[in-house]
Amino acid sequence: MSTLALSHAPGQSRRMPQLLIGLAFVLTAIFVVAPLAFIFWRAFAGGWAVYLANITDPLVLHAIWLTTLVAVIVVPVNVAFGIAAAWAIARFRFPGRKLLMVLIEIPFSISPIIAGICYLLLYGRQGLLGPWLAAHDLKIMFALPGILLVTMFVTAPFVAREVLPLMQAQGSEQEQAAVTLGARGWQVFSRVTLPNIRWALLYGAVLCTARAVGEFGGVSVVSGSIRGQTNTLPLQIELMFNDLNTTGAFAAASTLTVIALVVLVIKAVLESRR
Amino acid sequence: MTAAAAIKPKRVLPGFSLSLGTTLLYVALVILIPVIALVLKGAEIGPARFWAIIAAPRTLAALRVTLTAAALATVFNAFYGLLMAWVLTRYDFPGKRILDALMDIPFALPTAVAGISLTALYSANGWFGAPLTGAGINVVYTLGGVILAMTFTSIPFVVRAIQPVLEDLDPAMEQAAMTLGARPFAIFRRVVLPAILPAWLAGSTVAFARSLGEFGAVVFIAGNLPFKTEIAALLAFIRLEEYDYQGAAAIALVLLLFALILLMISNLIQFRAARHLEAR
Repeated sequence: MSTLALSHAPGQSRRMPQLLIGLAFVLTAIFVVAPLAFIFWRAFAGGWAVYLANITDPLVLHAIWLTTLVAVIVVPVNVAFGIAAAWAIARFRFPGRKLLMVLIEIPFSISPIIAGICYLLLYGRQGLLGPWLAAHDLKIMFALPGILLVTMFVTAPFVAREVLPLMQAQGSEQEQAAVTLGARGWQVFSRVTLPNIRWALLYGAVLCTARAVGEFGGVSVVSGSIRGQTNTLPLQIELMFNDLNTTGAFAAASTLTVIALVVLVIKAVLESRR
Repeated sequence: MTAAAAIKPKRVLPGFSLSLGTTLLYVALVILIPVIALVLKGAEIGPARFWAIIAAPRTLAALRVTLTAAALATVFNAFYGLLMAWVLTRYDFPGKRILDALMDIPFALPTAVAGISLTALYSANGWFGAPLTGAGINVVYTLGGVILAMTFTSIPFVVRAIQPVLEDLDPAMEQAAMTLGARPFAIFRRVVLPAILPAWLAGSTVAFARSLGEFGAVVFIAGNLPFKTEIAALLAFIRLEEYDYQGAAAIALVLLLFALILLMISNLIQFRAARHLEAR
């Protein structure tokens, strides 16, 4: 609306918008599109056959499997957490509510490297629980549980921060009406709340998945990067890149890039539905 | 406040203890206890040793590299983000939706993938590296590379902070200013800027925090030369690999402190802005 009114107003230069739009395109092409396009260009530099050989390398396949396993476990856990947190914070008033909201956002502003160090200092051999874990023969660091925990930490806010603002904006009248009409707790949730928040929930889960499969800093601290065992896909990419297998690294990276692009497509579709 | 208290709903809705209990348990186990472990381990170090670690020349150099690169990346993104938010909310043009979607790429793309792509792109045989190297400019393995990587990963924060505010801004104010003869730049400075300033500052603060902690994108392109391009997060990582847990904990604590201060600042800016809006 405002666009029309402003651009036809007297005294405003017509060239300014064109200049700004042009600048926006050029800068975005240099800083966003080029790095993105380069991944595919480099991945297919050796042709399809080389690409397929790189993707089906046993170590890459194992890394893909491990990364998928991490996502399959972490995402449902964080979806459940996100729903619980949004329900508690949006539907009830209690002391410390604001503080809880800030605490949930913490992983978002802390470097994943710090998250990894925190977990190492808790569960590692020299960590607070290290002696106890060693005495009970439990291995969390440099094994799957450590990777899962750090990934949970890093992706914890994603579902909550999508669902919470929506639930706050929607208010609780419908749910209260359902309760008054005699609906039970789970009925209220599945018949009233869930249909209202499903798109935000889906988008949060998709973002959480993208972040979980791409997590690098935190996982590189706690995984120990054991080839063929605890190497997730991003760690495998690092390994190949440092081994000067650049084409292989970009082939593996292209799979994660496709996931990132799918996230953006889903976001665009969901936004046009709103 | 009184109004909020008056309409405070009676707890007709079920699931308060279940949802809050689950949330608190998860926050405690996954977020709080590990962070407390870092603080406790940091306290074990003792002030003298802690100071020795932080004041060591290599640590100070790493912190200086991190802060400098993050500051420069944030300045770039503050203006690039403002430009993008303005263009995406104020003009209609072909390709607008794609441009808008592209703003989320750095958010969705794994940092390690961004790291290897930027490194290869700007290395001597890359698309940008070849002409730049020909002109005598090196990006890879320099501070410029660190800044570039931090810039890429923090692109979305400023745009996405300003966009909703610009969309909500009443165009009547700008039209009134225009009718009164204000020039476009004066309108921007006097009408638009005050309205978007809190969001702009908050977004830039988050971008700065993100850049300070960035690891995956930076380690590939930085070359990680101590005293030159070694960032603090990487130095903490190196200390871990040397089994110097105290060194790692001390550096991590400093970074954690930075992150928490920036989180507080950004929350404060948004809180004050929200209160200001309600007061109007």
